[in-house]
Amino acid sequence: MKKLITNWNNYPIVEASEISFDYEKEIARKLAQASIAHGNGRCYGDASLSSDVVNTLRYDKILAFDEVNGAITCQSGVLLSDLLQVIVPRGWFLPVTPGTKFITVGGAVASDVHGKNHHVDGAFSRHIVSMSVLTGTGETYVCSSNSQPDLFWATCGGMGLTGIILDVKFRLKKINTAYIRQKQIKARNLDEVMNLFQENSDSTYSVAWIDCLQSGKHFGRSILILGEHATVDEVKVEKVLMPKEKALFTVPFYFPSFVLNGISVKIFNALYYAKNYRRAMDSVVHYDGFYYPLDSILSWNKIYGKKGFVQYQFVLPLEASKDGLIDILARIYRRGTGSFLAVLKLFGEQDNLISFPMRGYTLALDFPIRPGLFKFLDELDKIVADYGGRIYLSKDARMKNEIFWKTYPHAHEFKEILANYDPENRFVSRLSQRLTLKP
Amino acid sequence: MEENVLILGATSDMAVAIARQLAIEGYSITLAGRSTERLSVIEGDLRVRHQAMVSSVYFDALDFESHEQFYTNLSERPDIVICVFGFLGDQIEAQNNWAHCQQIINSNYTGAVSALNVIANDFERRKKGMIVGISSVAGERGRQSNYIYGSAKAGFTAYLSGLRNRLYHHGVHVLTVKPGFVKTKMIEDLNTPALLTTSPKIVGKKISRAIVKRKDTIYVLPIWSLIMLVIKTIPESIFKKLRL
Repeated sequence: MKKLITNWNNYPIVEASEISFDYEKEIARKLAQASIAHGNGRCYGDASLSSDVVNTLRYDKILAFDEVNGAITCQSGVLLSDLLQVIVPRGWFLPVTPGTKFITVGGAVASDVHGKNHHVDGAFSRHIVSMSVLTGTGETYVCSSNSQPDLFWATCGGMGLTGIILDVKFRLKKINTAYIRQKQIKARNLDEVMNLFQENSDSTYSVAWIDCLQSGKHFGRSILILGEHATVDEVKVEKVLMPKEKALFTVPFYFPSFVLNGISVKIFNALYYAKNYRRAMDSVVHYDGFYYPLDSILSWNKIYGKKGFVQYQFVLPLEASKDGLIDILARIYRRGTGSFLAVLKLFGEQDNLISFPMRGYTLALDFPIRPGLFKFLDELDKIVADYGGRIYLSKDARMKNEIFWKTYPHAHEFKEILANYDPENRFVSRLSQRLTLKP
Repeated sequence: MEENVLILGATSDMAVAIARQLAIEGYSITLAGRSTERLSVIEGDLRVRHQAMVSSVYFDALDFESHEQFYTNLSERPDIVICVFGFLGDQIEAQNNWAHCQQIINSNYTGAVSALNVIANDFERRKKGMIVGISSVAGERGRQSNYIYGSAKAGFTAYLSGLRNRLYHHGVHVLTVKPGFVKTKMIEDLNTPALLTTSPKIVGKKISRAIVKRKDTIYVLPIWSLIMLVIKTIPESIFKKLRL
């Protein structure tokens, strides 16, 4: 039976047949001719959308947890939020986590997710010991960076196009408490925040919220947020290793689209910036609020209305970052539809086959879908490409294929590996069709 | 020592969710099912997630003859038994193919009766224990779209209520659960209304609460009691004309 499925940004909406599985031997038999794995639907685009999707959420068993060395083996449908419940009380943490914990492990691999510690710890792929993938030939391979590295690297960040990621073993990070020692520093403009990023490059976690609706001397004003795992002495609670689960609030319905406009976003941003009344503020906060501030508002995506939104995330090489950011932020300012959570981050080195990160600055912005938006983003794409940057596929629903081919240097190699492991194109998505990765 | 829960038909989504919830509550758990390979994965998951005491054992609901032996061979007498297995099947297929029809009846009724008879006798002798049966709202009134499954579940519901009546006098409690639509593999092909559909996780939570409160019958979503009330009050002369 066909149903309508979409991802977190509610665009695009696709009519699809959905199957699921909780047993490896069940899936090969049930697989449709052209399908794609779909986890918890938290990506912002069409990477996990197709006319046939394989829902992985029932494939959610944790297979082993090595508490001594800090490694976990689990099926791909396990949510990071579930893993945290298991590992945090026993003194371990995710090596890399994105800004939401409601994603599956399979999704973390397929997007090769990055977090606030990318400049220190790299992306998720760096911590994978091994994983098994059911490929398009019908065979399941166990791969790692040593064994069948071509399959491994085409699967990390490969948007599910090599096949269904089944079981994943990855290393964890030792923690003493569930808390983060946080420092927030206000930056008056873009120059200042970029300097702060460089100065604090040894800080484990760093990210900045940036106000896109300012010009002149406040152009690019930001709040830089730094963090370190707190020690037991720094935490003033009895149980230092408690995970959190409770959400604060659920957005009950889609907001009408007029709610978000230049003025409301400007007010939000002004308040957000003003809440830090001192230039630098130190505090000890629970990891949940530090990594996942938006997870406490369930269904926050509905704020953007029924038409949905796109998240635009790009990265620019370090040497071009400043000129590029000025250029792009100025265009966003002129257009006047800033996004109320724009996030800036300095990545460390990474040069994988198809993963998104590279050394340089990444900026992520949300734009509600309005007439003219896609044309505007096409313009931005060209600028990003001219500066040598690229767009994050997990957040993309509309990039033109020539931009992709121009900006992902190993795209041809990636396509060849896909053809090897999936010669009959059994795994296709809206994204793979749009970017002509598969015929 | 912690109380032990025996889950019959432990590989389904609902069974896994129930097992997870009860493991959180601190019960030790015995998983029973046909696929030992799948049981061992679920067993490992419960150990890692909840540091639970878990074991698994082979059980075939349709092999009626084996049930007595299965129960005697258990290394531990359970304090609570949850009968989760069931089979939706296909109504049209069941109308035309006796083997399929029989499978529906046996999976939802005969197998449960056969297994629970053995357990009920033991609980009655020991004068303690609780039996939880996962029946269905489909058993409340036969509808053309799934009356083979519905009638088997109706039989099971009646069995459980009789059992409750009998065992009450011996200090044994029986809980009937009518889940309504639950997002499991059983209904993955159906487009069910969101307001009437719940998750296995919620079912697990509701059952664990109902066990503590020693409830007799529960609907997982309260709205179902209203819906079933309406469905049951429609006069048969009208009901037969509907396409349900």
